[in-house]
Amino acid sequence: MADLVRGPAGTNRVLDGLRTYRMISAMWIRSTMTYRASFAMTTLGNFTATAFDFVAILLMFSRVDALGGYSLPEIAFLYGLSSVAFGLADLGLGSMERLGRRVRDGTLDTLLVRPAPVLAQMAADQFGLRRLGRVTQGTMVLVYALATVDIDWTPLKLLLMPVMLLSGAGIFAAVFIAGAAFQFVAKDASEVQNAFTYGGTTLLQYPPTVFATDLVRGVTFVLPLSFVNWLPATYVLGRPIPLGLPQWVAFLSPLVAAGCCALAGLAWRAGLRSYQSTGS
Amino acid sequence: MDSGRLYLAVGMGGFRRYATYRAATAAGIFTNTVFGLILVYTYTALWDQRPHLGGYDLAQAVTYVWVGQSLFKTLANGGGGVEGELMERIRTGDIAVDLYRPADLQLWWLAADLGRASFELLARGVPPFVLGALMFDLALPTDATTWLAFLVAVVLAMLVSFGIRYLIALSAFWLLDGTGVAQMVMFVGWFCSGMILPLNVFPGLLGEVVRALPWSALLQAPADVLLGRADPLGTYAFQALWAVLLLAAGRLVQGMATQRVVVQGG
Repeated sequence: MADLVRGPAGTNRVLDGLRTYRMISAMWIRSTMTYRASFAMTTLGNFTATAFDFVAILLMFSRVDALGGYSLPEIAFLYGLSSVAFGLADLGLGSMERLGRRVRDGTLDTLLVRPAPVLAQMAADQFGLRRLGRVTQGTMVLVYALATVDIDWTPLKLLLMPVMLLSGAGIFAAVFIAGAAFQFVAKDASEVQNAFTYGGTTLLQYPPTVFATDLVRGVTFVLPLSFVNWLPATYVLGRPIPLGLPQWVAFLSPLVAAGCCALAGLAWRAGLRSYQSTGS
Repeated sequence: MDSGRLYLAVGMGGFRRYATYRAATAAGIFTNTVFGLILVYTYTALWDQRPHLGGYDLAQAVTYVWVGQSLFKTLANGGGGVEGELMERIRTGDIAVDLYRPADLQLWWLAADLGRASFELLARGVPPFVLGALMFDLALPTDATTWLAFLVAVVLAMLVSFGIRYLIALSAFWLLDGTGVAQMVMFVGWFCSGMILPLNVFPGLLGEVVRALPWSALLQAPADVLLGRADPLGTYAFQALWAVLLLAAGRLVQGMATQRVVVQGG
């Protein structure tokens, strides 16, 4: 195994990490495919689980015409963007939340002695292809939204669509990595991470007008989840930008994502450096 | 009696076991509070448009949110009870050891799960509820009788919840890797227990169906008793009926499954 992941001399750590990630995830995909029925069930389960919160929104709209002043297609637009962005991050890095368990049972040590980046090994560990269920569901809602919502399309707005999804995935990826770094310190508090990952995506599925201003400020200036969809999407929808911010903030998502990933990377390195094996 | 003491010990073991994970408990309180907040705001937007939706006023709807967050882990609406461990024991074959014990399999796991649920109710249920009450106007009963009636409904909900999850866990005898089925049933249960939206808001026939299913005994039933929206005795009868049916089904399936183990073991 060690020989397989050791790159030729001169390759950089990012490429090294990506190669490691690809190999380990491919191994897990092969392993998952051994139990095809179970894979089909868990993927469908993943799809259904995420679909239920959209069904809840549909049920709400069977009783009202607007929520926070937003129509159903507009909320579906926010929902689809947040769901796909989160789904991509979850597909790639969802296994990071298992870090606390590995610290507790000492199996993290196995990853440390291998000549490959720990982050890549950790992220690819138990790679769950079933998580495509969430991405698929989000995409379906997004397609429904795009087909029904009334948007005055411009080239700039079109360009913003893929940018939003990728930056959003980047921001959520940073949350996953920072959450894992936190688990080096708080070994069995992985649920805190759920508040920011699952909680974050749930929050973004509803319009910003629903929430208290302080909460919107918090997810804009402290933990910048607003940049996943609220800020760019309100621009695309031609709605007022939250908090009275200028229009150009809608285009900051890639910068914010890059910044978040850099900070999360630093947190990860600090966490890894502080790690002391349980010795068990 | 002796066997009573045994199951009491198993239950206390379950309680203490979950009490060891202090950071996890704190993390859970935080997460439940965050989800509670998100739901309160969406419900407020909903009830602004339609006051008295589902027969609740806004304060009652907000109270419902915090009851839900408090009971979420207790009733393991989204999984996370003892069933995960039971499935693992079935998958690895360790269950054979359990079958040699001079104790009833179902009662053993029920006792362990009730211990777990009691801990979650005290440690993870009360704090988010108190936080919710400090932040928002809740519609809380002022008489001790209603609170007591609520607690009885919660205990009955624990039995129904275990009944469902025990059946799911036993499916592992046939499926070996039962995680897929478990996951599916969990999400159906999460939705049908009214965790995202109260069941009395569900429209038409769908509403009638979900309110008749066992999952409505988990959150909707105790919440309505606390909110004074349901007659406690009628609620108890509904919950008890499902508890008896599910636990009896569990015994039946357990009997079929254990015979299967003997055949396999040769």
